[in-house]
Amino acid sequence: MKQLVILSGKGGTGKTSVTAAFAHLASLGPFADRVVLADADVDAANLELVLKPRILEQQEFRGGQVAEIDQDRCAVCGACESVCRFDAILERDGYYVVDPIACDGCAACVYQCPTGGIAMHEQVVGNFFVSDCRYGPLYHADLFPGQENSGKLVALVKQHARQRALDEHRLLLLVDGPPGIGCPVISAVSGADLALIVTEPTVAGIHDLIRTLETVRHFGVRALVCINKADLYPAGVEAIAAQCRASGIATVGTIPFDLTVADAMVAGEAVTAFRPAAPAAVAIAAVWERMSAALMNFETPINQDV
Amino acid sequence: MRIVVASGKGGTGKTTVATSLALVAAEQDAVCFRDCDVEAPNAALFLHPVLDSHREVGILVPQVDAQTCTYCGTCAEVCQFHAIAVVGGKTLVFPELCHGCGSCTLVCPEQAISERLAVLGVIDSGATAQGIAFAQGVMNVGQPMAVPILRELKNWCPAPPPTARGAQARDIEIRDAPPGASCPVVETLRGADFVLLVTEPTPFGLHDLKQVAAIAHDLGLPAGVVINRDGIGDEAVAAWCAAHDLPILLRIPMQRRIAEAIARGTTLVAAEPQFRPGFRDLLEAIINRVNA
Repeated sequence: MKQLVILSGKGGTGKTSVTAAFAHLASLGPFADRVVLADADVDAANLELVLKPRILEQQEFRGGQVAEIDQDRCAVCGACESVCRFDAILERDGYYVVDPIACDGCAACVYQCPTGGIAMHEQVVGNFFVSDCRYGPLYHADLFPGQENSGKLVALVKQHARQRALDEHRLLLLVDGPPGIGCPVISAVSGADLALIVTEPTVAGIHDLIRTLETVRHFGVRALVCINKADLYPAGVEAIAAQCRASGIATVGTIPFDLTVADAMVAGEAVTAFRPAAPAAVAIAAVWERMSAALMNFETPINQDV
Repeated sequence: MRIVVASGKGGTGKTTVATSLALVAAEQDAVCFRDCDVEAPNAALFLHPVLDSHREVGILVPQVDAQTCTYCGTCAEVCQFHAIAVVGGKTLVFPELCHGCGSCTLVCPEQAISERLAVLGVIDSGATAQGIAFAQGVMNVGQPMAVPILRELKNWCPAPPPTARGAQARDIEIRDAPPGASCPVVETLRGADFVLLVTEPTPFGLHDLKQVAAIAHDLGLPAGVVINRDGIGDEAVAAWCAAHDLPILLRIPMQRRIAEAIARGTTLVAAEPQFRPGFRDLLEAIINRVNA
């Protein structure tokens, strides 16, 4: 079983549209019924908007703890406020209260309260789902707006998806990653055999691609790059190709700027299923051919000059 | 006046809107810009500030004096993140798990714990040619925690203060938020006066817009919407905004020419000056809503 994670650094480069198309394409070829899907972008979970999952199982996700002050025991001494480094304890009308959004769950206040009037309470910060969708089992989650611990929730999603893939001897775990390079990305990358970085030839896209390449290198994950919206800025494509050559990273193709991708999103379909002859769909299919070959045989040279 | 530009979904045009809003505001007002997308900071690519100051920032992590430590384990008991442990007659610190809360240092009965800065990233600061005071947080690769960098970034005070060219001289702070809807977005929004939600009229744009609008609502922040790439997708974003009393303050049409200009690193108002009045009206609309 191989684990493929789709990343980008910069948001909005087309990670989820590419992942949905891969899920569709995988259902047609030798990977049919051999794929497990996971959405690791738990605070902006969009893959399900395309895959239309039927939820089979739902679990509450308990994240970190939050402090709570028992007003009957509070001596209003302010010790809690003075030790809190997260500005989470507020004085309000002569009382101390905890701002649950700011609270980091460190419990420093609990140990400093002279009256033992502060306790920690576990919070339900999201939901975790096991679903079936038209292209296979989908593991996904929904972190409540503004909550912490997205990295832990990503880890939970991936852990269950991976176990399913192993139990059923599936060939591929396809993971739609979050943007950025921080905690949920680190969680999404962990254990991956290959990262496909979907970038775009824009100054921002290139800047963030470089940071993403450094991140996957830091965690020792092999990466390939695909350039979306490639015809927007030809000089940017050259810059990406040069950057990839310098980093020893292969490019697996380009996808043209094509508004059919947005139409497919509105229709709730993978672009390759919605309009297989659209320029973006044809290009993604070609990228998938090279990607899947690369995944199953790491020895095959996969360099494609752009 | 602190305005946060946020979106939920990445790539909807947060930085496009934030940078153009800053440039238009700087014609009259004293503007301070903070790029709070510390994982992928891009505003400097458009505003070209001279960043002449660089400060390492991070969290304070414990260091244990082995001479004084009696291995009583109190530090390990209070640590909620398993970042300190007593194992085989040694007290071990795992800085990558530490949240920097200082609880272990406070409870140590021997005062054997002191603290050192564990660097998570850098705050770069300076000013642009237009006199915009500019700072960005840049998280180090491989680090998971953005929030401590954001806290430092929000505390940064420009010196000298940003210059206003006109007579009005209002202080305008613009924060370019990270994508998503989890803790870094909340930290960016805390202490703000207004949140400008940049979205695109697609199902992904709407889904993620709802997430951030919910945070703004929880924080009691007034909000308004910019629809970028207007013309693609469907009408669901406008319908949802109308149903939730969220004013649509600006629409930027989908034009390939705009996308190409942004790709090259040109700001929207520099590439397409006809948008200047729209951004001027946007700024005044925000200020009026906050002051109302």
